[in-house]
Amino acid sequence: MSEAAPVIDVRDLTKSFGGKTVINNLSLRIMPGEIYGFLGPNGSGKTTFIRMLCGLLRPDSGSGVCLGFDILKQAEKIKPLVGYMAQRFSLYEDLSVRENLNFMARVYRLRNVRSQVAECIERMGMARFAGQLAGTLSGGWKQRLALAACLLHRPRLLLLDEPTAGVDPKARRDFWDDIYNLAAQGVTSLISTHYMDEAERCHRLAYLAYGNLLAAGTAEEVISASGLKTWSVSGDDVHLLTPQLKSLAGAEQVVPFGNTLHVSGHDPELLAASLRPLMNGKYHWRQIDANLEEVFISLMQQRGEQ
Amino acid sequence: MVAVDFFSFKRFSAIVGKEFVQMRRDRVTLAMMIGIPILQMIIFGFAINSNPKHLPTVILAADHSVFSRTIIAAMQNSEYFQVVKTVADEEEADRLIEDGEVQFVLDIPQQFSRRLVRGEKPALLLTADATDPAATSNALAAFRIIAEQALARDLAGPLRYLRRHDAPLEVILHRRFNPEAITQYNIVPGLMGVVLTMTLVIITALAITRERERGTMENLLSTPVKPMEVMIGKIIPYIIVGYVQMGVILLAGRFLFGVPLIGSLSLLLAASLLFIAANLGVGLTFSTLARNQLQAVQMAFFFFLPSILLSGFMFPFRGMPVWAQRVGEVLPLTHYLRIVRGILLKGNSFEQILPHLWPIMVFLAVALTIGLKRYRGTLD
Ligand SMILES: Nc1ncnc2c1ncn2[C@@H]1O[C@H](COP(=O)(O)OP(=O)(O)OP(=O)(O)O)[C@@H](O)[C@H]1O
Ligand SMILES: [Mg+2]
Repeated sequence: MSEAAPVIDVRDLTKSFGGKTVINNLSLRIMPGEIYGFLGPNGSGKTTFIRMLCGLLRPDSGSGVCLGFDILKQAEKIKPLVGYMAQRFSLYEDLSVRENLNFMARVYRLRNVRSQVAECIERMGMARFAGQLAGTLSGGWKQRLALAACLLHRPRLLLLDEPTAGVDPKARRDFWDDIYNLAAQGVTSLISTHYMDEAERCHRLAYLAYGNLLAAGTAEEVISASGLKTWSVSGDDVHLLTPQLKSLAGAEQVVPFGNTLHVSGHDPELLAASLRPLMNGKYHWRQIDANLEEVFISLMQQRGEQ
Repeated sequence: MVAVDFFSFKRFSAIVGKEFVQMRRDRVTLAMMIGIPILQMIIFGFAINSNPKHLPTVILAADHSVFSRTIIAAMQNSEYFQVVKTVADEEEADRLIEDGEVQFVLDIPQQFSRRLVRGEKPALLLTADATDPAATSNALAAFRIIAEQALARDLAGPLRYLRRHDAPLEVILHRRFNPEAITQYNIVPGLMGVVLTMTLVIITALAITRERERGTMENLLSTPVKPMEVMIGKIIPYIIVGYVQMGVILLAGRFLFGVPLIGSLSLLLAASLLFIAANLGVGLTFSTLARNQLQAVQMAFFFFLPSILLSGFMFPFRGMPVWAQRVGEVLPLTHYLRIVRGILLKGNSFEQILPHLWPIMVFLAVALTIGLKRYRGTLD
C-alpha cells in the first residue's frame, strides 16, 4: 500500500479577531484513519482551528487541504464529508430528538431517512428520549445527541469539539469504542479534549497554547521531546513535603496524586541533587516517566514565561 | 465525487419542515401573529365604525323663520349635529371653528325663507372642520338629505307647488383644512397591508438572528445547506401565516364592517403573495444585518414607521410633500394599499393593478439580493 494522502494538511494557518492573533502560523497534518487529539488551555484556539477546517471561519492567511479540497475555496465540497460537533450544543432545543435527527438526515440528503434515524436512535440508546425536546435533555445526553447527529451521514472526517465534556464514564467508553470502530473503517477523527486519559487514547496529539503549536506526535514522543523528568515520592503524610519541595532548585512542578507526589523538572541532575538530602528512608522515592499532564502544564508554563 | 449543487429540494424541504415545527412550538408568537390582526381590527374598526355623532355645531342665522327652525330641529334629531350656539356674527362663527370648539358652522343666509317660498332655491352653507375627515364625512353626507326631508314636510298645503322642483334648496358643503376625505372603507383594506408588514417583517427579521444567538447557526453552517435554501425555506411557513392574517382581516372586514369586495378575490390573493414575499425579504435582510434579536426588532420598526406613515395609510398620499411621496413610492406598502383598495373597492382588474405590482417586484428582488449577499456563510 502506498503512502495515503493526508486527510488534513494545513500550512501556516493564521486567524485573528480584532487584532488579536488566535491562531498563529499553525501547520498540521493528519493521516487517514488517525485519531488525533487536540489539546490546549482554554482560549488557546482549538475551537477556532476546527471551525476553520470545516469552513465556518475564514483564515486570514495560510493554506490547507481537507479531504483533498482546498479549505479556502472548496468549503462546500468539504461540508458533506465532514461531521462537525460544536463545543456548544447547536441542535434545535425546540425540536425533539427524533425531529433533530430527521432534520440532519434530510439536510445531508440521506436515503431512507426514517429507518436510518430509527436505527441511530436505537444504537445510541436514545429510544426513551426520542420524542423529548432536545432542550430538556440532560447535558450528557445533549452531547450524545449531537454526536449521533454528526455521525448520521457517515462522514469521512469527524471534527469533534470537546465531545465528551460532561459525559459519564460509561458513555465516554462507548464513545471511544465508536471512535475506534470508525477509525478501523478508515474514518479520521480530530478530537479536542481537556481529559488526559482521552489524550492518551489518541493515536497522535497536538498541543496548542495561545495559538501556537507547542508539541505534536504520539504521547510518548511528546513526553520524551519535552525532556521533563519526574520523581515520584510516596509515604504517610507525604503532602507535608510539598512546601519544601516547591522551593527546591530544579523542581518545577509538584503535583499530588493521593499518597504520592510527583516532582518534575527539566534538569535531571539539578533535580536529583536537590532531592538527595531528602531521601532519608522515611519516604519511598522512584524515578518515573513524566505524564502528559505534567508535560502540558510545563509547556504552558514555559510559554507563559517567554 | 459530489456534484456542485446550488439548490436541493430535499434540503430545502428539511428547512421548511423544521421551521413549521418550530413555529408550532412557539405558541406565544403564533398567537401574536393571529392576535395582532384581530386586535388591530378591533381598534381601528371601532374608530371606523364609531361614525361620530353629536358633533358641536354653531348656527350662523341671518334668517329666523319657521323653515330655519325646521332644519335646525331636523339636524338635532339626526343626532349627527348638536347645535351648541346660535350666533349672528360671521367672525364669531369663524373663531369657533378655528379654535376647534365646534365642528360645523351652518350658515343660513338672509332672506332664506322668502327666497325659498319664491322657489329661488336658496343656498345653505355647511362648513366643516375636516381636519379629521373621518370625523365629519358621515355628517356631511347626511346633511343634504336631512335638510331636504325636513323641508318637504313643511312645504305642504299652499306651498306644495315648491315640491315639484327636485330640490327646493341648494346645499353647499365646504370642507375646511383638509380637502381630501378618506372614506371609512379605506382603512380596513389598508389595515391588511399594515398588519402584514408589521408582523412578517419582525418575525423574519428574528429568523436568522435567532439561529445565531442560540448557536444553532454553527451547526447549520457546517452542513451542506445553501443560503438560498435557508432563506426561502424560512420564508415559506410565514407566507402561510400571512395568508391566515389576510383571511382574518377580510372576514372581519366583511362581516363586522361590511367592507365590500367588488373585484376578484383570487387576484387579491395572488397579488398579496408578492407583497408578503417582499416583506419577508426585508425581514430576512434585516436578519442578516442584525447582530442580535433586539437589533433585528429595531430595524423592523425602522422600516415599519415610514411604511405606516408615508404609504397613504395614515395620511392621504397626495397630501404629502413631494420628497415624502418619493420615499413612499419605494415602499411596498404604498403600492399594496393601492392594489387592495383598487381590488376591494373599485373592482380593479389585473391590468389596472399592474403598475403597482412591478414596483413591489423590484423591491423584493433588491431585498433578496442584499439578503443573499449579506448572508454570512461563516461565523466571522
Ligand atoms: N468570534 C470571535 N470573536 C472574537 N474573539 C474570538 C472569537 N472566537 C474566539 N475568539 C477568541 O479566540 C481565542 C480562542 O478561542 P477558542 O474558542 O478557539 O479557544 P479554545 O481553545 O476552543 O478554548 P476552550 O478550551 O475554552 O474551548 C479566545 O481568546 C477567544 O476569546
Ligand atoms: Mg473550544
